[in-house]
Amino acid sequence: MLLKKPADLKYSDVTDERLYLQRREFMQLGVGLMGAAAGGAIAACGNSALDAAGSGSAATAPPQTPIANIARKMVTTDEPLNKFEEITGYNNFYEFGTGKSDPAKYAGQMKTSPWTVKIEGLCNKPGNYSVDDLIKTADLEERIYRFRCVEAWSMVIPWVGVPLAAVITKAEPQPKATFIEMQTLVRPNEMPGLNSGGLNWPYTEGLRMDEAMHPLSLLAVGLYGKTLMNQNGAPIRLVVPWKYGFKNVKSIVRIRFVDKMPNTAWNDANPGEYGFYSNVNPTVDHPRWSQATERRIPSYFKTTKTLMFNGYAEQVASLYSGMDLRKFY
Amino acid sequence: MSVAGRVFRPVTLIKLAVFVAALVPQALLIRGAVTGNLGVNPAETIQLETGRWALKFLLLSLAITPVRRLTGWNVLIQFRRMLGLFAFAYAVFHFLSYWSFDLNFAFSAMLGDVLKRPFIALGFTAFLVMVPLALTSTKGWIRRMGKRWAQLHRLVYVSAILAVLHYAFKVKVFTGDPVWYAIALAVLLGARVVWWLRQPARRVST
Repeated sequence: MLLKKPADLKYSDVTDERLYLQRREFMQLGVGLMGAAAGGAIAACGNSALDAAGSGSAATAPPQTPIANIARKMVTTDEPLNKFEEITGYNNFYEFGTGKSDPAKYAGQMKTSPWTVKIEGLCNKPGNYSVDDLIKTADLEERIYRFRCVEAWSMVIPWVGVPLAAVITKAEPQPKATFIEMQTLVRPNEMPGLNSGGLNWPYTEGLRMDEAMHPLSLLAVGLYGKTLMNQNGAPIRLVVPWKYGFKNVKSIVRIRFVDKMPNTAWNDANPGEYGFYSNVNPTVDHPRWSQATERRIPSYFKTTKTLMFNGYAEQVASLYSGMDLRKFY
Repeated sequence: MSVAGRVFRPVTLIKLAVFVAALVPQALLIRGAVTGNLGVNPAETIQLETGRWALKFLLLSLAITPVRRLTGWNVLIQFRRMLGLFAFAYAVFHFLSYWSFDLNFAFSAMLGDVLKRPFIALGFTAFLVMVPLALTSTKGWIRRMGKRWAQLHRLVYVSAILAVLHYAFKVKVFTGDPVWYAIALAVLLGARVVWWLRQPARRVST
C-alpha cells in the first residue's frame, strides 16, 4: 500500500553521510567527554541505542545521542527539510508554557531517564516498558514527514522511530480494544507550564485502532539521526503525519487500550474548534482561521496550499470512507 | 516666547524623547527582519509584537487621565495625543502584517475573514474605530468640533475593549499575556467608573 507510488513514498538504505556529520556536530557542540563517551559506547553496541540517553548530566538538558542503528529510511516528500534549530526552537508543549520558545527554554529540566511507559487496558501484555523495550519491536527507521500544525504553520521533519503498529502488536490488544489512548508525563516541579492551567493534565490524545495500526503512524524517538530533544517530546512521542500536530502526544508515559473514544485534551478544552479526528483538511476551516493554506516555516507568507490529509490522502483516505469529515473534524 | 525658547522647553524635549522611544519597537522589528533575528516564525513575531505595542500605547493613553487625577501632574495631558497616535500607528502595522503575511493582500479573503471570524471582526472593528479618532486628532478638528470632539473620542474605550477581546479570543487558552492586558484595561476603565459614581453633581441628582 505504502509503495503504491514510489515517487512519493520510498524506503532507502541509510548510507548517507548524515549520521557521520551529526556525530561530528555533536562532538563540536562541546557536550563533554562523558556524553561523547556514552555516544561512542552506544554506537558500538548497536541494538540498545537509547539506553544511556540523558545519563550524561542530571542538571542540564541531556545530550542528544546519535542513533547508530537506523535500518531504513522513508521519504514522503522531496521538499527541503526544516533546520534542526527550527524544529527544536518553535514548539507547542504547554506543559512548559504557551510561548513557542518556552519548551526550548524550560524543557531541559525534564528528566527523561529512567523512563517507563505503562501499557494497560484491553491487552494481553500489559506492563511497564522501557523505551528500549518498545523500540526493540521493530527496526528503527528514519521517516521524512510533513508536519502541519492546526495553527496553519508547517515544517518538514526527519523523525527516527518505530511503527506504532509494532508496539501495539507486541502488547496484544484484545478484539474489544477499538481505540488507543496515550498520555504525556505530568511532573509539576519539572514542568512550569502545568501551574498556569489551560488544559486538563495529563495531556491525553487518542486514535482509533485502525489509525494507530496504519503504517504511517510512528512512535518517534529521534530527530535528525539523534535522540529527541525534550521540547520535541523526548524520549518517545507519537507522529501521525496526516493529522494536526497536537494529536502527536509528546513524552508518552501511558498507552491504554480502550473500547470507547477517549477524551482528548484539546477536544475537552474547546470541542467546537478541536475534534477527535483532527485530520488535516483544507476544506474545513478552524473557526478562527482558514486551513486552506499554511505558512511553511520560516516563510513570511502563508502561500503553501494545505493538502488533504496533509498530502497522505492516498495512504489514509480509505480509513474515513463514508464519513462526513465536516462533522467528524 | 521665542521659537528657540519654545523648542527647548523641557516638555518639548521630553516629548521628543518619548517620540523616539515609541519608534524603538518598530525599529527593532525592522532590524530583526533584516538580520534574520525574529525567531523561527518571523511573520508571527511581527504580528504579535505590533499588536501588543498597539495595545500598550492604547492602554498608556488611557492611563493619562487617571494618573493625572491621582498625581495632579497636569503636564501629562500633553502626551496623550502622541500616545494615541502611536497606538494607531502600531495598529496599522499590525493590520498590514496580517493582511500581507496571512492573506497576501487579498481583499476578498480579508473581508471573508472579518465576516466569518469573530476574533478577526473584533480586531478589525477596534482598528476601524481608531481611524476617525486619529483623523480628528489635530488642533483644528478639536477646535471645530468643540464639545462633540470629547464625545467622539470616548470611542477609544470601545476600541480598547474590542482590542483586548481580540487578543483574548486569538489565543488557544486564556492565560498569560492576554489576561494581563485585560486586567490593566479593567483597572483603567474601573477607575473612571468609580470617579463617575462619586461625582458630586450625580450625587445631588440621585
